[in-house]
Amino acid sequence: MTRLRTRAVPYMMVLPAIVMFTLFLLLPIAYTVYLSVRRLRVSGLGFGGGARREVGVGFANYSASLSDPELWHGALRVLLYGSIVLPVMLGLALVFALLLDSSVIRLRRFSRIAIFLPYAVPGVIATLLWGFMYLPSVSPILNVMQRLHLPQPDFLTPVAIFPSLANIAVWGGVGFNMLVLYTALRAVPRELYDAARVDGCSELQLALRVKIPLLLPAIILVSVFSIIATLQVFSEPTTLRPLTNTILSTWSPLMKVYRDALIQNDIYSAAATSVIIAAAALLLSFGFLRVVQRRAFGEMS
Amino acid sequence: MRAKFLSRAVSVILGAVLLAAAGCSSGSSGGGTSDTQAQPTPQRPVKLTFWTWVPNIGPVVKQWNSQHPEIQVTVSEQASGDELVTKVLTANKAGNPPDLFQAEYQALPTFVTNDVVADLAGPAGGAKGQFTEGTWRLVTLGTPSVYAVPQDIGPMMLYYRSDLFSKLGLTVPKTWDEFAQLARTVRAKDPKRYLTTFSSGDPGWFAGLSQQAGAQWWQVEGDSWKVNVDDQATQKVADYWDGLVSAGVIDHRPMYTPQWNKAMNDGTLLAWPSAVWGPAVLGGIAPATKGKWAIAPLPQWSASEQKTGYWGGSSTAVAAKSANKDAATKFAVWLNTDPQAVQALIKVAGVYPAATNAQSGPALQQAPAFFPGQTDFYRQAAVIANTAVGFTFGPNVNVTYQAYRDAFGKAIQQKTSFSGAAKTMLDTTLNDMRKSGFSVSG
Repeated sequence: MTRLRTRAVPYMMVLPAIVMFTLFLLLPIAYTVYLSVRRLRVSGLGFGGGARREVGVGFANYSASLSDPELWHGALRVLLYGSIVLPVMLGLALVFALLLDSSVIRLRRFSRIAIFLPYAVPGVIATLLWGFMYLPSVSPILNVMQRLHLPQPDFLTPVAIFPSLANIAVWGGVGFNMLVLYTALRAVPRELYDAARVDGCSELQLALRVKIPLLLPAIILVSVFSIIATLQVFSEPTTLRPLTNTILSTWSPLMKVYRDALIQNDIYSAAATSVIIAAAALLLSFGFLRVVQRRAFGEMS
Repeated sequence: MRAKFLSRAVSVILGAVLLAAAGCSSGSSGGGTSDTQAQPTPQRPVKLTFWTWVPNIGPVVKQWNSQHPEIQVTVSEQASGDELVTKVLTANKAGNPPDLFQAEYQALPTFVTNDVVADLAGPAGGAKGQFTEGTWRLVTLGTPSVYAVPQDIGPMMLYYRSDLFSKLGLTVPKTWDEFAQLARTVRAKDPKRYLTTFSSGDPGWFAGLSQQAGAQWWQVEGDSWKVNVDDQATQKVADYWDGLVSAGVIDHRPMYTPQWNKAMNDGTLLAWPSAVWGPAVLGGIAPATKGKWAIAPLPQWSASEQKTGYWGGSSTAVAAKSANKDAATKFAVWLNTDPQAVQALIKVAGVYPAATNAQSGPALQQAPAFFPGQTDFYRQAAVIANTAVGFTFGPNVNVTYQAYRDAFGKAIQQKTSFSGAAKTMLDTTLNDMRKSGFSVSG
């Protein structure tokens, strides 16, 4: 009796989490996959009862999504956006983490909070804030540049929109990634640094030769998170969209899903597109892990 | 002992859940059966839910509740605009839509084709005389059925800065040719100012202008839809604005942005083709310009005619799945035609009523707060409202409106033709209708 009780307790403790996971993650995902193979068929004018039926259409939604040029354009745009965001954000996070960990820094606490603070600003508010900075007639940045007689760049042209959007993501994301890397750095035993210094390492060599290799697992962790987040960029372009003519409603693949589901009332093709996006994100993140696995974890395993 | 306690706890919880579920279902069926009982007075008051976003509508509904204790209405501000459309559609799919909800005219066909709204031709048909023909067509869609009761309308008119017009020596344009000429004059006199802007973010605005030119984007022809989003009239409007934007005499940035708010406030923009609800918006975005605006009818395409279009406006619809359709219809008709109710709506909620009697009623005798000194504002508005013509909206207006935003935004950015953008709107609309299976002719 006691054996059964002790064996049952862990399962009982995990049960609420499993129930929530099933109800709010697994079931909706299963329903989405189910919806992605259905379609709504209307007949005639669409008025009157019985004019609408839901039918199974196999993979028609998937082929329609994959053959939609807007999806591929959106994917290319996101790749370009990601190629700006990922190196800049992770590079800055790494530099800040190394700086904060080194012995040459003053005002350590203040810098840590100041760099982390933008992460605490919700994405939509951050985008509205930067929207004000980008609009010529209300921007303090452009105002100052005008007074100093400097050339005023247009932040919202079709080319400049990429660094403009990337800037918002970098501004918001550096803090969190820096904190993860900094925490990983603090876990490194100090004796390693003393041994390196005894061997004649300067601070820069210490950072490059000792700290970064030890940080590699943490760097890969934040890279995978950032890749997944970047592939699903949605709130920044959507919030910036009403302010300018430059951003289409299908600028990123997830925006296309939102448009299909909630504006065009077509949840079926939206379901198919979101399954495609999820599969792509899975592929990319697992592929990335597979590539760097040996380099990062090879020595340890 | 422990296992016994656990199993007892689980059974208690399960029992409570079952009781709650049973209680929920019996509550909703109780509301339905009370209507069909043979007794003259129902046991419990009929409870109706009303999803709307009209600001401050609470006091008006309270008036009804105190006068009609047997029908009690509860207002719930779930969402506004397109979001409410999605919510109502989802609730309808789940089988429990609100009894009453606010439906914008362009969203009504979407509701009709999704079988969300009830046909009110019997109980509400008598209200037809209270509205103009243009308004009534917006809720009948050209069929014998009545799908909603019109609440407010947005006939379009021109707002202009009377102080800046006299300062720069400008005259109010009566035709669109004069308007184009005026735009050029404004740029010549002051290169920092524009007469107005063309917005790629407001499809309803463009639809209203097209209505004025005589466009018919959708028509019901027998058993199929005739779709003509880029008909002659729309192309005329598109080409007209294309000429002005590419010549640089009209601004091309979207409305309702911080930049546009500032431009309206500091006089960079001198005029605004808008609708009768303009004063409230101007008060919010351009507070420094109080008392400096005036209205005039929209410029016309030919000097001899006097027409305008609608921008926005909504109606009150009754859900087909509601258990109390008759009571809900009574309330909807009362809210939008009873003189007391409409006066209250105007006063507290600031709507411009669709009911023609109310347009010349006592609540509209003074000037709106943002236009002090223009006491004949609403008299002018009533005259303009009489000349408004709308068009039938189709079952996928959201698709068309989103296509407008994308296509015209692209056209402005890449400096391609606006009538090409209109054609893109047509193609997108047709493709979506055909994909869904609507029968489309032509």
